Amino acid sequence: MRVTFTANGREVTADEVWEGESLLYVLRERLGLPGSKNACEQGECGSCTVRLDGVPVCSCLVAAGQAQGREVETVEGLARGEGELAPIQQAFVEAGAVQCGFCTPGLLVAADDLLKHNPQPDDADIREALSGNLCRCTGYEKILDAVRLAAARSAAAGTGGAV
Amino acid sequence: MTATRCPEPTPTHAAASSAGIGASTLRPDGILKVTGEFAYSSDLWHEDMLWGHTLRSPHAHAEIRGIDVTEAVRMPGVHAVLTHDDLPAATHYGLEFADQPVLAKDRVRFHGEPVAFVAADHPETARRAAAKIKVAYAPLPPVTDEASATGPDAVLIHPGRHDHRSDAVPHPNIVHHQPVIRGDDGAWAAAKARADVVVAADYEVGMQDQAFLGPESGLAVPAEDGGIDLYIATQWLHVDRQQLAPVLGLPEEKVRLTLSGVGGAFGAREDMSMQAPACLLAMHTGRPVKMVYNRYESFFGHVHRHPAKLHYEHGATKDGEILYVEYRIVLDGGAYASSSASVVGNAASLGAGPYDIPHVRGEALALYTNNPPCGAMRGFGAVQACFAYEAQLDKLAAKLGMDRVELRRRNAVGEGSLMPTGQEIDQPAPVAELLRRVKALPLPPERDGGWGRAAAGEDVDVRSLPGGLSNTSHGEGIRRGVGYAVGIKNVGYSEGFDDYSTAKVRLEAVAGEPVVLVHTAMAEVGQGGVTVHAQIARTELGVDRVTIHPADTQVGSAGSTSACRQTYMTGGAVKHTCELVREELLRRGRERLAHRHPAWLAGVELVLESGKVCTHDGEPIADLVEVLGEEPIEIEAEFHHRPTEPFHPRTGQGAGHVQYSFCAHRAVVEVDTDLGLVKVVELAAAQDVGKALNPLSVVGQIHGGSTQGLGLALMEEIQVSADGALIRNPSFTDYLIPTILDTPPMPVDILELADGNAPYGLRGVGEAPTLSSTPAVMSAIRDATGLALDRVPLRPEHIAGHVSG
Ligand code: FES
Ligand code: FES
Repeated sequence: MRVTFTANGREVTADEVWEGESLLYVLRERLGLPGSKNACEQGECGSCTVRLDGVPVCSCLVAAGQAQGREVETVEGLARGEGELAPIQQAFVEAGAVQCGFCTPGLLVAADDLLKHNPQPDDADIREALSGNLCRCTGYEKILDAVRLAAARSAAAGTGGAV
Repeated sequence: MTATRCPEPTPTHAAASSAGIGASTLRPDGILKVTGEFAYSSDLWHEDMLWGHTLRSPHAHAEIRGIDVTEAVRMPGVHAVLTHDDLPAATHYGLEFADQPVLAKDRVRFHGEPVAFVAADHPETARRAAAKIKVAYAPLPPVTDEASATGPDAVLIHPGRHDHRSDAVPHPNIVHHQPVIRGDDGAWAAAKARADVVVAADYEVGMQDQAFLGPESGLAVPAEDGGIDLYIATQWLHVDRQQLAPVLGLPEEKVRLTLSGVGGAFGAREDMSMQAPACLLAMHTGRPVKMVYNRYESFFGHVHRHPAKLHYEHGATKDGEILYVEYRIVLDGGAYASSSASVVGNAASLGAGPYDIPHVRGEALALYTNNPPCGAMRGFGAVQACFAYEAQLDKLAAKLGMDRVELRRRNAVGEGSLMPTGQEIDQPAPVAELLRRVKALPLPPERDGGWGRAAAGEDVDVRSLPGGLSNTSHGEGIRRGVGYAVGIKNVGYSEGFDDYSTAKVRLEAVAGEPVVLVHTAMAEVGQGGVTVHAQIARTELGVDRVTIHPADTQVGSAGSTSACRQTYMTGGAVKHTCELVREELLRRGRERLAHRHPAWLAGVELVLESGKVCTHDGEPIADLVEVLGEEPIEIEAEFHHRPTEPFHPRTGQGAGHVQYSFCAHRAVVEVDTDLGLVKVVELAAAQDVGKALNPLSVVGQIHGGSTQGLGLALMEEIQVSADGALIRNPSFTDYLIPTILDTPPMPVDILELADGNAPYGLRGVGEAPTLSSTPAVMSAIRDATGLALDRVPLRPEHIAGHVSG
């Protein structure tokens, strides 16, 4: 089948998609967007998190056909433009929240979404919002630091949730 | 390669801050990782690639009576189906013994053993074709434990076994056996007679999985010269190649490996996984082949941490002087040897812990069984023992009526102490100081008035309670406990192994600026070696612009990214090679520029700083680029650590280890004693790292290691059915690793006491925190509940119903 949707603001089409393929597979293998990761393909790790019509989902659990005509936002769409990282991306790099980095794309999408809805989260909020994203390397301490840093910077800049 | 996605050089100066050692320089690959551009091994792609898949045995032990691939081969889209009979050359491989079949022939020995490989034009086609292969199995009763492995009628897992350990083992189903004996028999009997207090118990450690997030994956591309290019996530490129070339029937130089992005490792990438099948399928079809395990397959596709049964007995005087320790550690190695023999060496030699105990009778062994193969995981044989000896110390303290930390402090090793192997610890060993530091940290505040009041109806944030959002308690039945533990881990490869690493360093002028290219085969698995190598090059050569070449087999071996050895070994190789480059540069300077400044010939020390050659007092005497001239300097050199000795086969005596590393933890927990649920409130660590080349990365390692230890204490276990030796929970739904909700704040206190033998005085850091974290959490739960708790991971039923009011 053919599937057409918007990926990071650009219309994309994949042909010869088998009905059983996930949105994750189509992004990674057919559309040249391998940023979303495939750590479990069981809906348990969050490494494949993307926004579908603005709502974070595990793209490994979304059938490709379900994305037809909808808007998908992946980690590749977070940066503001060539060479300019989104504040949450910058904070992850600076805080040491990235080791192997396999969890990072999903965590960034989840953290970005948290800060959109709750620009000044406390630690319990951060933990709750990111509890669907596994990281095996960092023990999460630096990930918390990164989210706190991004939130503090947006507060200082008076940008509220527009991170 | 064209039309591919594959690894590229990493410039490090543009990444963010660029500085030398000791600074928290940011990772050079960080930006690629946050934008999603970093190419992991599962992201690789080639124009006309096929997808590989492995058919695995559903039985733990069975005879193969026949394999019929007819239907699979006929499926449209299928390009190859390979069974044992199609293998072109060597049929077995392995890290220490070549005992593992590439594809099973007439017998399968564990659940998930590969039986056939398929290549097809779509991963689902490959999976479906594999499902169409008919294998006639005749199931056999599995060997599952010490009794069935070494009993009178035990079935041999590897009949006719012939390897460098086989002559010395007490039974062919024992991979390796290592006793450790300190003190003679008379002294032993006297020590036993002198003990006022004796504590003895049996302990058990479940099978832990490394559970790295980036699945086993890679891309094999057949080359025009008849060789193969493999892009792969591994821990040691050269040892993969060494095992792979004979299987492919190719000379090593035609098997070229390049490291692609690695999504964590923790030991699980020491053994090969999809390397051989991807290459075999690529050679067979003449097409590039990509293979990616999903999480289910990953649980069958790599070795795990050895589950263990341990027996310990300690005897002490009433003042708390430990007189003797006796231990027996039985590790289940599963169906194939992997690195079991080395794990045994660690368990035996480190089994007494960081304590100076004059009389030791210890032994460790690994079994061959039909359970899943076990091998390397962070902590490598030292984790299981640490859980048991630290539980013993807790019990001994309780029996003596002594403070737990005081008992440990009193018996702790220090610099100059002898290990049970007779090896002197000739480097700082601040065990008592690390314990003192974690103990001195302020405790996290308790809820005002305890939890009793909350139970009476006050509003509480359940997220901070055991059970969390499951809303199982509002404070009823909650008790707090505090626990301590400390551990000892060796750094680097031991027992006489000539462990080395190689670095190639090129210094050249580009557009009038000095530029350094560092090329090693070190596997960057997330630990941050690439960051540190650039820092070392900057420090040694005074050059800002440093680029890290992709790791591959075009340069000499770096050894494995394991045993906390890479910063020591490949960091050491980069340092050493940079020193040689500097010598050559200064030689050129003396030759060409001696007339310009007397310092060139004065025999004074010259240093390189900010692109200049300077005198010791910082006076610049020449531009580095000017000294260098047109011709680049390129040097490749090896770095070896000091030699070690094998352990004596009967006494375990020998200077077997290169370096030791120590970490202490304090855990604070809250336990719901009614339901057996545990919340870790805080997990504090103190560790001696010798010298923190990159403090941010060091803390990250300690956090990560501590969290894996917490996982082993409370949740992580591959459950293997006792009767069938089948893995019952191969998913992240059923194999739980700590989430951000399970992981507490983790304050870290870093001590830097230099080890004079090591580059910059540094000490390997990655593993020690994984050791002491598990027993510290268990110690805290013991404190809260008063239960003995002799098994990890803990299960709710070990607490619920057992705690007296
Ligand atoms: S890959 Fe989708 S949740 Fe793990
Ligand atoms: S950084 Fe490796 S899984 Fe999170």
